Amino acid sequence: MIVEGYAHKFGDGISTDHIAPGRYYHLRSRLDELAKHVLEDADPAFAAKLRPGDLVVAGRNFGLGSSREHAPAIMKLAGVGAVLASSVARIFFRNAINVGLPVVICDTSRIIGGDLLKLDLEKGVVANLTQGFLVRISPLPPVMLAILGDGGLVEHVRRHGRLALEV
Amino acid sequence: MGQTLAEKILSEKAGRSLHAGEFAVVPVDVTLVQDGTGPLAVRQLEAMGLAGPHRPESTLVFLDHGLPSPRQELSNDHLFLRDFARLTGCRLYDCGSGVCHQVVAEEWASPGQVVVGADSHTCTGGALGAFATGMGSTDVAVAMGLGENWFRVPESVRVVVSGELPAGVYAKDLMLWLIGQLGADGATYQALEFDGEAISAMDMSGRLTLCNMAVEAGAKTGLVGSDQVTREYLAASGREWQWRELQPDADAEYASRIEVDAGQLVPMVARPHRVDNVAPVSEVAGTPVHQVFIGSCTNGRIEDLRIAAAVLRDRKVAAGVRLLVMPASRRVYLEALRAGVLADLVEAGAAVSPPGCGPCAGVHLGILGDGEVCLSSTNRNFQGRMGNPNSSVYLASPATCAATALYGVITDPREVV
Repeated sequence: MIVEGYAHKFGDGISTDHIAPGRYYHLRSRLDELAKHVLEDADPAFAAKLRPGDLVVAGRNFGLGSSREHAPAIMKLAGVGAVLASSVARIFFRNAINVGLPVVICDTSRIIGGDLLKLDLEKGVVANLTQGFLVRISPLPPVMLAILGDGGLVEHVRRHGRLALEV
Repeated sequence: MGQTLAEKILSEKAGRSLHAGEFAVVPVDVTLVQDGTGPLAVRQLEAMGLAGPHRPESTLVFLDHGLPSPRQELSNDHLFLRDFARLTGCRLYDCGSGVCHQVVAEEWASPGQVVVGADSHTCTGGALGAFATGMGSTDVAVAMGLGENWFRVPESVRVVVSGELPAGVYAKDLMLWLIGQLGADGATYQALEFDGEAISAMDMSGRLTLCNMAVEAGAKTGLVGSDQVTREYLAASGREWQWRELQPDADAEYASRIEVDAGQLVPMVARPHRVDNVAPVSEVAGTPVHQVFIGSCTNGRIEDLRIAAAVLRDRKVAAGVRLLVMPASRRVYLEALRAGVLADLVEAGAAVSPPGCGPCAGVHLGILGDGEVCLSSTNRNFQGRMGNPNSSVYLASPATCAATALYGVITDPREVV
């Protein structure tokens, strides 16, 4: 899988409350409406600036907090191509893979907002085409690769009728 | 090689010996969804082509975050979940039943179980010696539909708490201190396993507070070994038959070990906007607040309400401060009613709301105004958490909350009890 797009840079500790604020709780069954507010409490202009395929680039512990799968779901729906972070909170990590949003752990410190990035999941690298350097990514566990490879957890179960994971 | 509690429980369920770092598909005993995550879980269950819940009798549907409904959209989500529960035979907990994690502690979680919930604070159930963890809607839909899901067996951090908590210092203060030490990602993908004489002496209410906030350090779950306190707690709700002793092996391997003398701890707060931004209450004493909230799966139990009532009895909440009280469950509400605890709180000036999650999750019943400050007994203070990005939330124990409500500024509870 290859994702190419521009970087939107965020800091450490972006919570699911930043991504899908609780005040829009009533939109949980209207993901298209909720997606208009994606990451609003971290950057109110984010949804307007985002172009399809762009990458969210963050620091430590991205996606901490609530289990709301709506957070990665609306990121994907809004057009985010992938998330790069120096570390990712556990539930968000599973949720993102489950909804088919690639999440990659790598050193994001040298990436700046607006850099053109090319993520190659198979090769395990992010190419910074603007600054001209490569960053190696931490490989996903095989279980998550299998789910992502099927296009997410719903597709995985639909296809196999069960959890067909090498454990 | 010996096993931690997490390794023991997952091994037993998987039917093979597992250690930290291994992956396994494991049967799940109890699954739960709530009104924020449930509708998506139900739609995903259908999208996966699964017939319905594998074990409807232990598939729990809670309407707790937005009840009574403040908006038609939520009312319609509630209708959707009520229909689902009726059609599939799942257990529905409707308006007023309580916060899912409190009800799971009262009625469901037991030593050795695996509990999976579409709510991050599902880890609360670890206080009863269950492997209880939060997941997203699709993962919980898989657990509901297939009766199992995949797990990576977590490394464990052994937290040994010696000594005795001083007067005015509670499990909440211990946990805030620990989260400050670990950081909000200090235990990511790991389990926090609590032990030591202060834990052995701690009631179930305090243990639930500790495990509830394990996720605030990034942990997959918090766990306390099952002992006589567990037995008595289960027996009190007619579930003694579910008790068994469950302790980690003496030679279990831990990723790290943290030792703390409870006697050295002081009342703590988490300052805006991060749970790991902790400080002794004394450092922020005098900070004006507009709202105080006592409730939630973290600190809305009868013990918490009794502590607050002891501070506020025959006194009045400061002018200009709203004190909101929300018992964590119907059972807690009834006990607080019958014991006169709610009367004490209401006479002091508290506004009591039905059991639920509203203010903590920023849904309703306590949304802050621009520039307002809330001191809350809950578990999160992220920007916008209580419904307004232009407001601030401090977290503390119910005692600190009650003392603060008396004076209208953050107050060390040891000065008033």
